Amino acid sequence: MNSVPVEAFVALSFVLFILGALGVLLRKNAILIFMSVELMLNAANLALVAFARQWGDLNGQIFVFFVMTVAAAEVAIGLALIVAIFRNKQSINIDDLHQMEG
Amino acid sequence: MLSYTQLIPLVILIPAIGSFINLFWGAKMGERAAGYVASTAAVLTFIISVLIFNYLNAAHGLAVVIDPPIFDSWIRIGSDHLALEIPWQFRVDSLTAVMLLVVTGVGSLIHIYSIGYIHGDPKATRFFAYLNLFLMFMLVLVTGNNYLMMFVGWEGVGVCSFLLIGYWWDKKGEIGWQNGNAARKAMLLNRVGDFGLLMGVFLIFWTFGTLNYYSPGEEANPPLQLYYNGYGPNPHETHSAEEGDHSGEESTGEEGDTHGEESSDDHGSILTDKALFSRINLPQAGEEGEGAEGEGGHGGLPHPTEAELNNSLFTDYRQLGVFGQAQYLMSLPEGDAGRLIDFGSFQLDIQIVIVMIVLFLLLGATGKSAQIPLFVWLPDAMAGPTPVSALMHAATMVTAGVYLLVRSSVLLELAPEAKFVIAVIGAATALVGGFTALGQWDVKRVLAYSTVSQLGFMVAAVGIGAYVAAIFHLVTHAVFKALLFLGSGSVIHGVEHGHHHVHEHGHHGDAHAGEDHHDDFDPQDMRNMGGLAGKMPITFLTYLMGTFALMGLPFFAGFWSKDEILAHAFHEALFGKSALSVFGGQIVFGLLIVSAGFTAFYMWRQIQMVFFGTPRSEAADHAPESVAWMTVPLIILAIGSIFVGLVNIPGGAIPFTWFLPLHSFGHFLESSIPSVTAHPPLDFNWPLAIGATAIAFGAIFLSHSIYAGNKAVVSRDDHNLGVDPLYKNAATRQAWSFANARVKWDDFYHAIFLRPYERIGQFLADVVDWRFLHDYFHDTVIKKGFDGIASLLSNPIDVGIIDGTVNGVGKVVKFFSGRARGIQTGYVRTYAVALLFGVVAVIVLMLAPLLLNGS
Repeated sequence: MNSVPVEAFVALSFVLFILGALGVLLRKNAILIFMSVELMLNAANLALVAFARQWGDLNGQIFVFFVMTVAAAEVAIGLALIVAIFRNKQSINIDDLHQMEG
Repeated sequence: MLSYTQLIPLVILIPAIGSFINLFWGAKMGERAAGYVASTAAVLTFIISVLIFNYLNAAHGLAVVIDPPIFDSWIRIGSDHLALEIPWQFRVDSLTAVMLLVVTGVGSLIHIYSIGYIHGDPKATRFFAYLNLFLMFMLVLVTGNNYLMMFVGWEGVGVCSFLLIGYWWDKKGEIGWQNGNAARKAMLLNRVGDFGLLMGVFLIFWTFGTLNYYSPGEEANPPLQLYYNGYGPNPHETHSAEEGDHSGEESTGEEGDTHGEESSDDHGSILTDKALFSRINLPQAGEEGEGAEGEGGHGGLPHPTEAELNNSLFTDYRQLGVFGQAQYLMSLPEGDAGRLIDFGSFQLDIQIVIVMIVLFLLLGATGKSAQIPLFVWLPDAMAGPTPVSALMHAATMVTAGVYLLVRSSVLLELAPEAKFVIAVIGAATALVGGFTALGQWDVKRVLAYSTVSQLGFMVAAVGIGAYVAAIFHLVTHAVFKALLFLGSGSVIHGVEHGHHHVHEHGHHGDAHAGEDHHDDFDPQDMRNMGGLAGKMPITFLTYLMGTFALMGLPFFAGFWSKDEILAHAFHEALFGKSALSVFGGQIVFGLLIVSAGFTAFYMWRQIQMVFFGTPRSEAADHAPESVAWMTVPLIILAIGSIFVGLVNIPGGAIPFTWFLPLHSFGHFLESSIPSVTAHPPLDFNWPLAIGATAIAFGAIFLSHSIYAGNKAVVSRDDHNLGVDPLYKNAATRQAWSFANARVKWDDFYHAIFLRPYERIGQFLADVVDWRFLHDYFHDTVIKKGFDGIASLLSNPIDVGIIDGTVNGVGKVVKFFSGRARGIQTGYVRTYAVALLFGVVAVIVLMLAPLLLNGS
């Protein structure tokens, strides 16, 4: 069953993370930014699981559970924020939110 | 037995106490009491003077130096050898006694007169205080034994003159100002004279090292003293005998020998009598010399003489007084090194120094005794009350200059050139004074110029060496001039009372308002007088006595004294010893004769205008006679002016030789004026007396023809006052106007001194002070400078630097914060990038060791 090298998982995690980071930076839509954040989180999850498999330590997988829980909570709150913002600005384009500028 | 001369400090103390009492308690005492206090003080000093005079008379005028122990160290600076020591010593000799009598006698009468005169003045007690103060200072002047005491008195009487002339300085309007002006003028001109006197005193001190006239114990006139003490020949006989042969001269061996030795060198004047100084221990070849008295070893003379004892107290000529040293130094031969006086960078011969000293003293005398050129204060000084004019400016203060010169007679005798100058000045003053007097309208001005003229007589007498005549004239002049002044005061009072009387009771049918006249009416103007002989008989008669005395009519006091001066001048002009003294005598004689003529002329003019004729104003019509306080002193002085001349009758004046001693005055003064024995007194000069009297009578007749019968008010000028007949007459108009304008002397001084001074003052005030200093300097330099500095401080520094710094800090902060603010874009994505970078940085930092070590 160890035919797939762990580097492949890490590379994939790396790529997913980069994609997620880029998405956070380059996307205008708030929800899409959240999706990118989820992606980054999941990339981290993947990396954790891969290393857990490699070393045979289940702590990694338990940590994944925590991460997923936090992600879920965070999405809830984040979406609640977006709804609140939408009620004010009628838009969820983050470029429209620059009132606190210097 | 207590010698009366020891009372001399009292003559200073008593008037001082009187003045003190009047100054502090006068207001409480009231006017009458103050008058009594002052008069009592004056009379007491007169009594003391009489006692001293009697004592001195009996003691042949032996001089006494009174040295009160309290004031022994009045001025003592330094120690021992190089000390300056000027003690407060009184000198009581015959000259002092004469001056004392004059000052206190006339002074007492004037004090009594003032009680009546100053009655009604609101501050009369001040007047009496000042009078006593003046008396004290005058007595200090005449009783001093050194020049410094005289100077103290000199200055003191100057101050009192100022106080008394300006006594009415607070009268309303222009008059008060003029009174103050007159006082200041007197003070200023006296100051110029004081400068001269001080320079003389400084020179005396520098040359002789002392200011004493004579040291205590020194004899003023040793041959005289020897004679009176029973030793030695009669100086008068010796004098005449030396001019002849000397064979019979055998009185006492030593004195005769020494006189005989020296008579060949000189003309017998004791002033160059070397024998005198041979008794002093001076290095001299030969006979006597030091310590002679102890051994009694010369010529077998058993007793040392008093003069010898006294003068041998001195071992060095420097211990003598001023006069002794002067005589000694002048007796040294020409070219002797002792004759040179060292002044630091140059040296002068003693002869020149003595001439300079005398000229400086003369300057002082011209100030105080109103000679040319400093006499102009005296007529203005008539602004003071009449008793002041009588006391100071007729009898006593103005004679201080004459006293100074007579006291310094020894110095004058040693400086013939200076004597000539004195004679010329005196004679010129006599002439100018006499001429000016006949153009004056104010009754006191006439008397003032008359005083100037008579002082000129005295100074001229001093200038030709007739010291006794000068002092004699001083005495007689004091009496009759005081009489004249007091009489004029009585007249003025009478006219003033008449004026008030007229105004109180209103004019009869006169439409003028009362106030107009009041300001215009001058009670002293003779044109407002006339016919007062009937209204004020006592005043008239006494005034007439005084006038006759002043004119020098026969057998009044002035006759003797004036004729003695004229006789001496005549004698000098004919028999003078040098060309200079002959010339001096000629000038003096000529000018004084003319002045005597003037005197008679203007005095008769005054008598006519004041007492004869009809009254020219209503005030004169109602003038009452004065109170007894004023008339009694007038009567006493009138008697005096007749009889006081009898003290110095010259030989040959026939009616008097049988009951009066000849020249008693001159003899009395011999012991204090050494030259009197050298120049024997002159006999009565009949032709001269007759000639002078004729001139006086001629002048009287001339004056009578011009002025009698109210001719002085023929026409009236703008102020409704009279015009002088000499003015009306075209021939004499210019001369009379010149006299009326006071020979333009005041105008001359005004042009030379006052106007430039005023112009300079104006220039300094206007141009320098206002325009330059205030306007230009203040504005340009100070104000602009201040503004410049202030603006420099405010703009560049305060605004620029300080504010700039503070604002700059703010600007810098703002700048950077502005830049820094840019970070806060508000865009979330920017924050996200920043977050990313931060994360990367942290990771790199954390992994840095691992990465660096691994690679």
